[in-house]
Amino acid sequence: MAVKPRLFATPEQRVGAKKTNWSPYFFLTIPLLLYAMWVVIPTLYTFYLSTTSWDGVSDNPTIMREPFSNFSRLFGDEFMTFEAKKEGDPRILQIFPAADRTFRIALTNNVRWLLVFITIPTTAGLALAMLLNTEMRFGRWYKISFYTPLVLSGPVIGLIWAWVYQPRAGLLNAALTALGVADPPGWLAERDLAIWAIIFASVWRQVGYVMILYLAGLKNVDPSLVEAAVVDGASRWTLFRKVVFPLLAPVTTIVMVISVIDSLRSFDLVQIMTNGGPAESTQVLANMMYNEAFQNYKMGYAAAIAVVIFAFSLVFIGIYLRRTLKDELEY
Amino acid sequence: MATANPAQPLANTTIAVKPVQTGKHIRTTITYIVLTILAILWLVPIFAALLTAVRTMDDITLNGFWSIPGPDVLTLDNFVQAWTSARVSQYLISSFIVTIPSLIGMLFLSSLTAYALARFKFALNLPIYFMFVAGTMLPFQILLLPVFLLVKNLGIYNTYFALIAIHTTFQMGFCVFVLRNFMRTVPSEIFEAARVDGCGEFKIYWRMMLPLSLPAMASLATLEFTWVFNDYIWALILVSKQELLPVTAGLATLRGQYTTDWPVITAGALLATLPTLVVFVALQRYFIQGLTVGSGK
Repeated sequence: MAVKPRLFATPEQRVGAKKTNWSPYFFLTIPLLLYAMWVVIPTLYTFYLSTTSWDGVSDNPTIMREPFSNFSRLFGDEFMTFEAKKEGDPRILQIFPAADRTFRIALTNNVRWLLVFITIPTTAGLALAMLLNTEMRFGRWYKISFYTPLVLSGPVIGLIWAWVYQPRAGLLNAALTALGVADPPGWLAERDLAIWAIIFASVWRQVGYVMILYLAGLKNVDPSLVEAAVVDGASRWTLFRKVVFPLLAPVTTIVMVISVIDSLRSFDLVQIMTNGGPAESTQVLANMMYNEAFQNYKMGYAAAIAVVIFAFSLVFIGIYLRRTLKDELEY
Repeated sequence: MATANPAQPLANTTIAVKPVQTGKHIRTTITYIVLTILAILWLVPIFAALLTAVRTMDDITLNGFWSIPGPDVLTLDNFVQAWTSARVSQYLISSFIVTIPSLIGMLFLSSLTAYALARFKFALNLPIYFMFVAGTMLPFQILLLPVFLLVKNLGIYNTYFALIAIHTTFQMGFCVFVLRNFMRTVPSEIFEAARVDGCGEFKIYWRMMLPLSLPAMASLATLEFTWVFNDYIWALILVSKQELLPVTAGLATLRGQYTTDWPVITAGALLATLPTLVVFVALQRYFIQGLTVGSGK
């Protein structure tokens, strides 16, 4: 509280405040009402729905006698067990052994997606940004090629890649066959491969995004710091590791937050390319939620999945908010 | 070409390219080669789609995907078919009908909010700002079902209005965030002068702040155009009538309609991409400004 006056100490605000106190509300009333109606209240209402077993059709949703039973159905009643793998002993650790099977697959796939997203597109985007952050001929065209996927919609990317992965005539297998591979994989038709194939298509879209963010960040790196390091005889790698990368830390935070949130939101590619199949192997939380709600009419159960997605995001929304707050305090 | 380069501002700070004597030339060449290979690989799926769309499925099945199509098999029929009988033209119109009012709505409401947050000191200022900032990161799943119910209860299921309403409000978080921070950089003296001359607050907002915010608005509009135009999930749950489907949801139905006719499907996908691609190439600078504005200074 003590810092508060400092936050608003910019002159225009102080002067503006002197005269009219109702003015901000004149501007804010309508936008806030609409925002509350369409975003804030629906968000809160999902929490309520998650404690019901509503089917979307019958009367009003009411809280179940055991309000959290949707969650205990999702996660099962045990947190973890050890299970002996057949006779030979290497015991395996199972987390949530009694969880809803589809939910467990979805959760695993989301974690895979997340791990890929915070490593591969981030590194690739940073590397490309470093390469392209110079005056160079055709620089603009290189950049355009990398961020074109960014303006394609999910269904477009899904359809194009579904065609690339098409087992018989598709681009990838046609190329593999031409190169002499006798029995190329079925990609989206194979349980072990399908999710990775989808994630790859998603990475294809994400790299350009990360590149843009890092390019903007590099633009703001003070060249004199870099020059000083060069004068001191730093090698390019040392320069990057010791000077440029640390200076990019704020961008890296944002990139990480965005990557995590985007990986949790992933829905459109799965929905278009496989709709969770084959045998649920490409299920992700968002798609599972959609299916539970609009195909199985289990609104309460779907709301519980949404709450789980939200809970994961919350950690990263928190990081993001903290950073924004820090900016505010520095103002 | 380089003179009219809108991406120039991004490229003009040069880091880490202090020439290290003779290695420079070779290094530059290698960079070019690597970048060229990567850029081509990156665009392969799009070229492949293009190549597919101008051929017939028979030709592809018969000669294989990588065969070089003779001029006699090249055809634009797939585009015609996608445009007319697969209804891509109609889907595109729907997309525009949804996107344009959404853009106007979100920019208007957000600029009102941003103006209040940037210019006035009041107790709820920071909490309201943070509510919107948090909203930019909100996963859409958390409001999916209640919005669906709201739309049903308001009797606007299967209307453009439902889509316009959710896009307008859901994107407000990001727009408020960007505009508020932009408006804070406008020096207050000019507004004070106007106030002394007897201008009301709304007039100051409308006549001065809005015109001054045009650069930020342009970036937002470019970026939000792409986002709203490319939205899939809301179109999927709020609209089911075929005549109303935006192009994303419409495309998704092509897969079922033309199961194995990939040339028509890819032709449809390419046509669907044209508006956002044109906006992006023409307004690239604004697009990128909009994207990077949230990423810190």
